[in-house]
Amino acid sequence: MTTVFFVEASGRERKVDATLGISLMEIAKRHAIVGIIAQCGGACACATCHVYVDAAWMARLPPPEDMEVGMLESASQPHAGSRLSCQITVTAALDGLRVTVPDAQA
Amino acid sequence: MSEPIVIIGGGQAGAQAVDTLRRQGYADRLVLIGAEAELPYQRPPLSKKFLSGELAEERLWFRHRAFYEEHRVELVLGRAAARLDPATRSIVLQDQSVWRYDRLLLCLGASPRRLTCAGAELPGVHYLRDLGDASALRAEMRPGARVVIVGGGYIGLETAATCAKLGCSVKVLEMAERIMNRVVAPAVSSFFAAEHQRHGIEIIPNARVAALAGQDRVAEVICADGTVHSADFVVVGVGAVATTDLARIAGLACDNGIVVDEFCRTSDSAIYAAGDCTNHPSPHYGRRMRLESVDNAFEQAKTAAQNMLGGSVVHDRIPWFWSDQFDHKLLIVGLSQGADRTVVRGDPVGRSFSVCHFSGRELLAVEAINHSKDYMAARKLIADRVSLDPDRVQDPSVALKDAS
Repeated sequence: MTTVFFVEASGRERKVDATLGISLMEIAKRHAIVGIIAQCGGACACATCHVYVDAAWMARLPPPEDMEVGMLESASQPHAGSRLSCQITVTAALDGLRVTVPDAQA
Repeated sequence: MSEPIVIIGGGQAGAQAVDTLRRQGYADRLVLIGAEAELPYQRPPLSKKFLSGELAEERLWFRHRAFYEEHRVELVLGRAAARLDPATRSIVLQDQSVWRYDRLLLCLGASPRRLTCAGAELPGVHYLRDLGDASALRAEMRPGARVVIVGGGYIGLETAATCAKLGCSVKVLEMAERIMNRVVAPAVSSFFAAEHQRHGIEIIPNARVAALAGQDRVAEVICADGTVHSADFVVVGVGAVATTDLARIAGLACDNGIVVDEFCRTSDSAIYAAGDCTNHPSPHYGRRMRLESVDNAFEQAKTAAQNMLGGSVVHDRIPWFWSDQFDHKLLIVGLSQGADRTVVRGDPVGRSFSVCHFSGRELLAVEAINHSKDYMAARKLIADRVSLDPDRVQDPSVALKDAS
């Protein structure tokens, strides 16, 4: 089992067991992480599953595709570690991944 | 003890209302009544990744069962509401059980508009709205099967793309002269028509279906001009109508949807409504509208839930929509009605472009094809009524937000 950490906007850290092969957004929804709204359900159409990936992890993720980059450019509170969690597939290599949820989504 | 808050409808709006009510601190009894037996689930994938078999049913659920238990949500699923009596604040389900409420939220959704021509009731004629519909349709989608799709709107085209992907032979009959004619500009229709054709789908515009025919099940679609299209099965996607019977018979004001105000209140002070079933005012556009949209369902439900707990939140959103067809993403924000100028940014040949609709210098709507940057920028520009220069917008090297 792979473990990932979500830090909600309140500062509460949630450690969750992640199923491999599905998106980080789906993991967050399954565990009711506060602030992961994901209105479009993973279609890369709403930017409401925005997370900040810890700097140490940024380089270890496959880079975002153009659609995701375009969504993030005008997402609320963009940041160097911004990613859409629906576009990150959880693999064994991501064991220990830590992301923070922006307060605008809280 | 006071009566519960009851939500009728387990779609996007109903599921969101549950979330918001509990997050806002509502701690008393909460009942969710749904006609379908499944846990509340997302509908958009039903014409896309669920239909193609890429997403299993449990991945459509908004929340797993444990969430509802943990949040003490009484799920009453697979039981449709038959009658609503506002005078006694009670609902009678089809099984005759009676549920009383203190406040009620109607999230009744919409139902597919049905064909009424001869043969419309033959087996093999499908509609696509719920999980049962999608599963029945998927069972027909064998490689080589001939499918005739009636209606070149979102549902028809997404289904066409999925059927083609699974190896079916696909024809799309569109009544108007171009596909998606009510929701996108001609340049966008042309782009998608070409993509469908490139994938072997035949798009037939100006086609009016006169009858469906077949012995034990549908075998032919007959058009008014006499053309006959052979079909192993048919999918009808010709729009949807708001589900309002429960409300209308109970005496609530209805007019192309359950009439609500900007606070999502119906004509009865204890009853709210949200989502596809509502006819609601849009402060931004200054008119009433009914929308079939995930965002509208989500946001109205959130607004209604807050107001049911004593808030006075106004629902005022710029509508947005998306569609996935093949590997193309169509993102639409705003409503283009009333536009006096339309500008195409970029070249459709490059497969990433956008179409901007203006009234004078005000951006009303943007249709972005594989272009999330313009779409996201437009969400803010439209909401804030930023004055833009349409001539500069025409230059794709200028960022949309800088084209003032």
